[in-house]
Amino acid sequence: MLEATTLIVAQTTVLLAVSPFLVGLIRKVKARLQLRRGASILQPYADLAKLFKKQPVISTTTSWIFTATPYIVFASTLTAGLLVPTFTSQTPMNFSGNIIALVYLLALGTFFLILAGLDAGSAFGGMGGSREAIVASLTEPAMILSIFAIALTAGSTNLSTVVHKTAVLEGIMTDPSPHLMALAALFIVALAETGRVPVDNPATHLELTMIHEAMVLEYSGRHLALLEWAAGLKLAVFLSLITNVFAPWGIATTVAPAAIGIGLLVYIIKIAVLAVLIGVLECMFAKLRLFRVTDLLGVAFILALLGLLFFYILRS
Amino acid sequence: MLNLLWILLGGYVAGILLPFCLPQEPKAQNLMASVPAIVATSAGVVLGLLGLMSSEPVTGSLASTIPLLTLAIRLDSLAAFFVLTISVVGLAASIYAIGYGRHVEGRASVATLGALFNGYLLCMTFVVLADNGFFFLLAWELMSLLSYFLVVTEHEKADVRYAGVFYLIMTHVGTAFIVMAFLIFFQGAGSFSFEAFRHPGQPLYGGMKTLVFLMALIGFGTKAGIVPLHVWLPYAHPVAPSHVSAVMSGVMIKTAIYGLIRVYFDFFGGQFPWWWGFTVLFLGATSALLGVMYALMEHDLKRLLAFHSVENIGIILLGIGVGMIFQSYGLKELAALGLLAGLYHTINHAMFKALLFLGAGSLLHATHTRNMEEYGGLLRRMPWTGLFFLIGAVSISALPPTNGFVSEWLVFQSLFLGFQIPAVFLKLMLPIAAAILALTGVLALACFAKAFGIAFLAQPRSAHARHAEEVPVPMRIAMGFLAAVCVALGIAPMVVVPLLDRVVTPLAGISIARNILAIDGWALAPVNVEFSSLSTPVLALLLVALSLLGLALAVTFGGRLKPRRYKTWGCGLNLSPRMEYTATGFVQPIKRVFSTIYQPTVKLETEFLDESRYFAKRRHFEFHIELIFEKYLYDPLVAFFATLADRLKVIQAGSLHLYLTYIFVALIALLLLAV
Repeated sequence: MLEATTLIVAQTTVLLAVSPFLVGLIRKVKARLQLRRGASILQPYADLAKLFKKQPVISTTTSWIFTATPYIVFASTLTAGLLVPTFTSQTPMNFSGNIIALVYLLALGTFFLILAGLDAGSAFGGMGGSREAIVASLTEPAMILSIFAIALTAGSTNLSTVVHKTAVLEGIMTDPSPHLMALAALFIVALAETGRVPVDNPATHLELTMIHEAMVLEYSGRHLALLEWAAGLKLAVFLSLITNVFAPWGIATTVAPAAIGIGLLVYIIKIAVLAVLIGVLECMFAKLRLFRVTDLLGVAFILALLGLLFFYILRS
Repeated sequence: MLNLLWILLGGYVAGILLPFCLPQEPKAQNLMASVPAIVATSAGVVLGLLGLMSSEPVTGSLASTIPLLTLAIRLDSLAAFFVLTISVVGLAASIYAIGYGRHVEGRASVATLGALFNGYLLCMTFVVLADNGFFFLLAWELMSLLSYFLVVTEHEKADVRYAGVFYLIMTHVGTAFIVMAFLIFFQGAGSFSFEAFRHPGQPLYGGMKTLVFLMALIGFGTKAGIVPLHVWLPYAHPVAPSHVSAVMSGVMIKTAIYGLIRVYFDFFGGQFPWWWGFTVLFLGATSALLGVMYALMEHDLKRLLAFHSVENIGIILLGIGVGMIFQSYGLKELAALGLLAGLYHTINHAMFKALLFLGAGSLLHATHTRNMEEYGGLLRRMPWTGLFFLIGAVSISALPPTNGFVSEWLVFQSLFLGFQIPAVFLKLMLPIAAAILALTGVLALACFAKAFGIAFLAQPRSAHARHAEEVPVPMRIAMGFLAAVCVALGIAPMVVVPLLDRVVTPLAGISIARNILAIDGWALAPVNVEFSSLSTPVLALLLVALSLLGLALAVTFGGRLKPRRYKTWGCGLNLSPRMEYTATGFVQPIKRVFSTIYQPTVKLETEFLDESRYFAKRRHFEFHIELIFEKYLYDPLVAFFATLADRLKVIQAGSLHLYLTYIFVALIALLLLAV
């Protein structure tokens, strides 16, 4: 019990601590590739601290939904984070939900974000919500199928169990092709879900291109801080998911302090590498037109389906 | 237990008769109908619970003078489950009716409405209790007829009459198929008693069995609203008084699910080929996806909810269909899981759909319109209705930790476990069905974000919404009660699953409660904890605790600065409701992406000023989506019958002598045939 509690607290802390770093890292990589010096990697921490101290302004048209949303989004993203293995494969909250719970917990946040966007009463919020709805509806089938292709290999849909089995049992992947396809699908899904280029652009404030930013446009102060933090957390959740499911190397499979120390170090390196990759990709591609995103997400879905098909063909 | 049944019967009968004893006194008439209904439904709740607990079915029967008809009832666990569901929703609707009566006053006779409503609930209860085919059909027909009368409560309106006729025809086509299925059973069994159906003298073989499968599917499918037989539902459910809509959408369509389970799993004893299950699964997936897609395009709140019933029936059928597939491969544990998932979704959908319809009724009561584009800002004016509607919306969108999530999760698990089936085709199809379910889930989320967001948030879009006031207390109690049931069903699956297991055990021949509940009931883990697990109570706790963490972080880092209230920036103009996103605008991207299904037509006419082509005097915008089934299936069918009737006019000359001749000729022909 004590051990589980410690692990839960540790995982919460790690996720909270690491997410602004990822955001800062991506920004830094983009800046350097664009031949700018860019702000410090630690800038997002300073931004959060500043935002928390500012007085929030709340629109007179809004209801309690607007005020409650930042807390709900923060909590649901963090709860989802507790279902994903980070530095240890023995996530204590593993039993409380599998991949589907993860997907739907993130959807809970999306639902309230859309509501908050509509609540402000300006056209922007509704526009963001409307776009978020279509992007979400195209990503989730691909996400569920891709994870399922991997779940079949490990014989489990609980993320921690999948990772633990893959890490402990060498050679569980007899053929990597289903995994590679699922990986590609999940990567596209992760870009779409976390609002990165080419689906959305977190650095924009142009009405034509905003999705996530449009929904949170009316937020300020501590509410904005929580939402920004939650957005970072979502990124951390997806990066942890991808690295640990497909490359669980170095993850702590026991609760020995040494293993956990190594696990933590390797984890941070792995997600940092992935964050750098996202930064590079963001510089290489332009944002897609909204109705082009459909094709990209269609590709993700087909890839995931092919992964599943390959699994059955190779096994039978 | 039979005493309870007498209380139930007495309550409903009193509810039918008493309202007419007090002429010209609408308020008292309403009470005289609602209070007995509350007593009767409460008795039904207890009866259902006791029936679920008891190990032996309770039976009783009254002989009648009509040949083949015995008024036999049998309360087994399946019937008890449905009695419970009907009674809980009926109870809420009856409480709601006390407050809603004022809305009906002056539009229709309160006494007639109350009496019909009691009779309707009574017939529905006997549909699931009947233990005799003839009795079942009688109750079924009465239920359909009474619901028709309830649908046409406001019969002065043309669209209400149209909806009524549409419903009446569809439901009778459905009933005809059920009658045929029962007649085939009767041929083999030699009796109309369900016991004889179960163990017929001459068992049905091959072709006949398939015929019964299809007839039951079409017959019950029409009532359930399976695509493409769903077309009546979005017409009939919205025009009825809202508490009737709640019962129709919440539980009446579930009696069809009861019928399907009764026929396939009980009468046939779960003996059927895999493609039966696959057909049900396929229809379920189609209904789920198309139901939610059409719902998205609706801006009449009650029509939107009616389309969502099509979606949710689809999800229920996904569970039952996958259960049937497993059953045909002899995978009993998984068959039980699929059935349990379907039944769990049945009771969940009954609760949140009834809640949402009552919520829609409250909006109608407060604003006198069903058009969502005229709502807005209602959460501040109707805080309780808003809160309860939000709980319903979150539940139907299957977001954790609500009840809708638990049952959809179970359906997902049973679909995933399809990899245990030895056929590769099905192994692939079940995950695709899961992907469709995922798509359905997100679209439902989008739809209810739209419904709640447009109706309750931001500024009022019309004078109706500006002057809206919170509804009377009984209506709030009814909605609050259903909202509480929704929450309880979500965070206490450890209580619900063992009860559902008692329903499933006799049908699938295996008890799986112990396999599903893990960690002292704190987690659901179909088959084993290794494969998957879910604990909604823990997730709920985590969500609350981490929200508090967010609050704590805000306080620690920033202190408690009081927020400043200021108007939203309207790009330099004064913010008006016309700047808000509309429901139509909100779903535009979805309409465009799925344009193959919607086949939208847009018409934009602009009248320019005479002086310049740059300034418009007037713009007229119109958009339609094509209801493909109505256009390509029903319209040709109706046209065909219309032409046929035209042709038959030749022999229908209006002369009585001629008709007598026809009868005489027909009689001779029949006599010759008989010899």
